[in-house]
Amino acid sequence: MVEQHTALSRLLPHLILGIGVLVVAFPVYLAFIASTHDAAAVINGTFGLLPGGRLIENYGRVLFTGSSSTTREPVWTMLVNSFVMAMTVAGGKILISIISAFAVVYFKFPFRTAIFWIIFVTLMLPVEVRIYPTYKVVSDLGLLDTYSGLTVPLVASATGTLLFRQFFMTVPDELIEASKIDGAGPWKFFRDTLVPLSLTTCAALFVIQFIYGWNQYLWPLLITTRDNMQTIVIGIKKMIVTQDALTEWQLAMATAVLAMLPPVLVVVLMQRLFVKGLVETEK
Amino acid sequence: MEKHAIFGGKVLPYALLAPQLAIILVFFYWPASQAVWQSFLQQDAFGLKSEFIGLANYAELLTSREYYRTLSTTLVFSTAVAGLSLGIALLLAVQADKQIRGAGVYRTLLIWPYAVAPAVAGVLWLFMFQPSLGMLARGLRTLGVDWNPLLNGNHAMTLVVLAATWKQISYNFLFFLAGLQAIPRSVYEAAAIDGAKPRRRFWTITFPLLSPTAFFLLVVNVVYVFFDTFGIIDTVTQGGPSKATETLVYKVYVDGKLGSDLGGSAAQSVILLVIVMALTAVQFKFIERKVTY
Repeated sequence: MVEQHTALSRLLPHLILGIGVLVVAFPVYLAFIASTHDAAAVINGTFGLLPGGRLIENYGRVLFTGSSSTTREPVWTMLVNSFVMAMTVAGGKILISIISAFAVVYFKFPFRTAIFWIIFVTLMLPVEVRIYPTYKVVSDLGLLDTYSGLTVPLVASATGTLLFRQFFMTVPDELIEASKIDGAGPWKFFRDTLVPLSLTTCAALFVIQFIYGWNQYLWPLLITTRDNMQTIVIGIKKMIVTQDALTEWQLAMATAVLAMLPPVLVVVLMQRLFVKGLVETEK
Repeated sequence: MEKHAIFGGKVLPYALLAPQLAIILVFFYWPASQAVWQSFLQQDAFGLKSEFIGLANYAELLTSREYYRTLSTTLVFSTAVAGLSLGIALLLAVQADKQIRGAGVYRTLLIWPYAVAPAVAGVLWLFMFQPSLGMLARGLRTLGVDWNPLLNGNHAMTLVVLAATWKQISYNFLFFLAGLQAIPRSVYEAAAIDGAKPRRRFWTITFPLLSPTAFFLLVVNVVYVFFDTFGIIDTVTQGGPSKATETLVYKVYVDGKLGSDLGGSAAQSVILLVIVMALTAVQFKFIERKVTY
């Protein structure tokens, strides 16, 4: 702008942002450092700010043996569970909402508006307001401690349906007219025209929903009782025994690092899609 | 807005909608209606028989001091988290919006906590502030603060507020930055040429043009604190000490978990449902998310 840039005015933004970055990173840095030390150093709080020599030992132990005191399940199993859950929830949401939006936008049928609203209103029914009745349904269906119980109830998606609907509205009508002239039916139009056009939207939605699925807490807490069905986010909680010196913090922190790694990598590596997905699903 | 060229077909659209509708009816509408129905019932301790008692569960809730305490805890918690995370995020976004070297790198380094699960964020902060071994807890001790979130309700609240804020900054930052970048540079240039200093430019241009974003974020943040902080509360304090950090959602979970008070828990769910509806309505009405049909 028109003001003279002084050294201070040029440095200040870097200073503020630098402090912000450090404060944001510190808890995770400390967790990583703690995960590389031995139990004694962590319990005494004397491990400092530099990595210790137990990295391979601690991570090997949690991944393949499990932390001994509370849960004996190796974190490897939990990672697989979390991965299955996140992938199924993300993939399922995309599949279900893209076909729903296709029906709502490209067909005319009785109760179309009513059905659209039925889907829309589920935005107002998060798990938190129907905890026990939903648990009971899952239990009556015999789905406790199963992947289906963990994922299917989370697969419905008003957000996804709205997002695809909005996107389909911007697809020019000429495309469907051209398709019709070529004699294509709805499926062919969907497969050969609509899906290829929607790929970026799908990918952006996938990134957001993968994180959503991976980070679920209340739902797996209700639905899983067996150790080998736990997701990693639940597993960490079980490693921490409050008001007790038994917590093996170095192992809990190693597990926390492992729990953060996949979704954080997704955000960092697919940043453009992540930002697009976040902004569009909230709009 | 409607499509002109539309496919015919009587069965296909229903078949396409069937999976979504089946899941919604079985896992959303049916349980929600059950919650409403149960809120009018009283069950005996074994869940063997239940009796219709009308609005008695609601009356009991709305006259219990405990419920108001939980409500005020939730309000304090959301005000603190929304205020702190919006303020910090705005400060950072304004800096990142200046044409400085490495703005993209800063953005990457600030947005990743979005991907950390609330429960994991809780564990990280618990570790730093664990009274006997936490690094920052020791620091506080050295400064003469008798830090103990396991016994002191205010300390526990501070801890969950910090963890929840830490996780929410990235989200607010991203939306503030997008909002700032949508303000045309030429407006600033014109104001600068007219002699408006940077501070004045912030309050007369940036602030008003950013207020729709800020309002949208405020609602999203309140929803976040009400519902998504369950994992933080459960890992850090379990609502304690002596319910000092018990939020409305956490209370539904605790009351129903012990199985003693399903009716009361259901009535609380219904009240939460009304709150979500109100918040969602505000979000759509004032932020003009377009869902016209």
